[in-house]
Amino acid sequence: MASGADTPRHAHLGDRAFAAGITLLGGAVLLVVGIIVVACARLSAPAFAKLGFFRFLTGSDWNPVEDSFGALPFIYGTLVTSAIAIVVAMPVAIGLALFLTEMSPSRVRRFVSFFVEILAAIPSVVFGLWGLMVLVPILRDVVEPALQHRLGFLPLFQGAPMGIGFLPAGIVLAIMILPTIASVTIEVLRTMPAALREGALALGATRWEAIGAVVLPYARRGIMGAVILGLARALGETMAVTMLIGNQPEIHGSLFAAGYSLPSVIANEFAEASGAVHTGALAGLALVLFGVTLMLSASARLLVRLSARRLVAA
Amino acid sequence: MKRLGWFLAALSLTGGLARADSLLINGAGATFPFPLYSKWFSEYNKLHPELKFNYQSIGSGGGVKQITEKTIDFGASDSPMNDEELKKAPGVMHIPTVLGAVAVVYNGAPEGVKLTPEALSDIFLGKITRWNDPKLQAIAGQPKLPDVAITVAHRSDGSGTTAVFTDYLGKVSPAWKSGVGVGKSVKWPVGLGGKGNEGVTGTVKSTPGAIGYVELAYARQNKLSMAALKNADGSFILPSIETTSEAAAGVAMPPDFRVSITDAKGKNAYPISSFTYVLIYKEQPDAAKGKAIGQFLWWAVHDGQKLAGPLDYAPLPKPVVAKVEAALRTVTVAGKSVIASN
Repeated sequence: MASGADTPRHAHLGDRAFAAGITLLGGAVLLVVGIIVVACARLSAPAFAKLGFFRFLTGSDWNPVEDSFGALPFIYGTLVTSAIAIVVAMPVAIGLALFLTEMSPSRVRRFVSFFVEILAAIPSVVFGLWGLMVLVPILRDVVEPALQHRLGFLPLFQGAPMGIGFLPAGIVLAIMILPTIASVTIEVLRTMPAALREGALALGATRWEAIGAVVLPYARRGIMGAVILGLARALGETMAVTMLIGNQPEIHGSLFAAGYSLPSVIANEFAEASGAVHTGALAGLALVLFGVTLMLSASARLLVRLSARRLVAA
Repeated sequence: MKRLGWFLAALSLTGGLARADSLLINGAGATFPFPLYSKWFSEYNKLHPELKFNYQSIGSGGGVKQITEKTIDFGASDSPMNDEELKKAPGVMHIPTVLGAVAVVYNGAPEGVKLTPEALSDIFLGKITRWNDPKLQAIAGQPKLPDVAITVAHRSDGSGTTAVFTDYLGKVSPAWKSGVGVGKSVKWPVGLGGKGNEGVTGTVKSTPGAIGYVELAYARQNKLSMAALKNADGSFILPSIETTSEAAAGVAMPPDFRVSITDAKGKNAYPISSFTYVLIYKEQPDAAKGKAIGQFLWWAVHDGQKLAGPLDYAPLPKPVVAKVEAALRTVTVAGKSVIASN
């Protein structure tokens, strides 16, 4: 670093103190993450010692009475609800962002943006209550019977419509991550040079063609980043999911069935966990959640990099 | 929120400075008796303004943990400590304070449903799945039950309420004992999990055909339909303050009070009841605090009992109070009983 011609050999004391301070702050993040991982690992040691890491990861039995613990139903529940959330929220959020940046008059944009921000500020317990009081009865009495009537041959829509389960948890998660994805996408689209869009329009492209051929490819990377942020929120969301998923550690193919998620079971059982193995298994789930989050965002990044490379090659 | 936190911290600091001669007693544990304990603390504080209580309702497990580590002056738990836990905390005494009942609540069936132990355990085992099942309809005096699917609602969080409920099912049903077991968290064969009494209440209220279990106070405050349960003497009993106290009267009390009173004998005994306990060390390390705790508990099991009923807790029966008196007399500070003056 010192090779640069304008870098003085002896930087001012203030500069060096500043650099040290910044480094310290940057390192603090790593330190905190490290402490959390070490603490979880130490706490979970009795569970791994008794059950074995692999058996814990792939087991599907969760029985605190018999000290038998498996993480699979919780991993499944977390992935399924997050997948529903992304599938529902991504098109809506991107559509909303395109509408606000490409089409709407600025008065409408300010008005709608305000409500998107309000949506982001609602506490998750309120979302959970709304889901329980409003969404669940609608799903139970109207939506789920209708889905079953039309599409009941699919394994996704089988079983008794209870209103509580993967579907309401996923839908509420979708609403919760919608503002995250939408507002980041809006910022990404705003940074796009106007000349690109105008160039496409000048070449005779319709608005739809301009969006499809120029705007979206340009913003793809940023939009993927927005989706990753939304996904991270969906994976870690605790309260709203706990109130809606049914809290039953089982793996069902149907979206109508009750399930359980990683953060929910930790929040539910940790305070009254009986013994070191039960506490350890819950800490183990925390590690698993950490791993799942890490792996998903790493693979999303990889996806972005690959698609960007293809874009350049094309 | 943060500013509010600082404000409260500053407030409590100045409060501490203003009354330097006051004595603060720290406790933590069960959430179930928290409303009653708060009432007790504030009433007792009127009698003894120099005494202040700080109680954190973090759950029974936390109460046991903290009294074992001696970070608090007293703990509170809905279920008695087991032998293994007691070994880690030698000298801890259980003082029963009041009784609670777990009500079986339902939605979508007419008022006045009656359940036998077999019927209740079969419902929670998933063997009975509809309200008009012949096994339910055959119970004498049963109202006409609808042709509706049963949805079981249970607690998803670890809870003393679950411990009492499964303790009862384990006693009356061998299939439950071997298949599911007893504990604060168990592997439920069927149903939907709700967080806290309010979560189960919410599920029951919003799901036609639901059946669940909540503390009596929650069932009453939310006006849920409650089932009458067949007790050990063969009579169908609804949960109430009187029938809960009755359950404690008929039980042979061991000297350390660690006893389950589910499925209790007695004509009017409600079968799913339990004591809730305060946990203290028999030898109190701090003279002033030890004396204050001992005398507070003495007050709680006498005058304090009158405050229990209005808050839906069942007061201790007279014979139990006499035994608690004897136990409190054995609490000592440096070899001297804290109740000596009484």
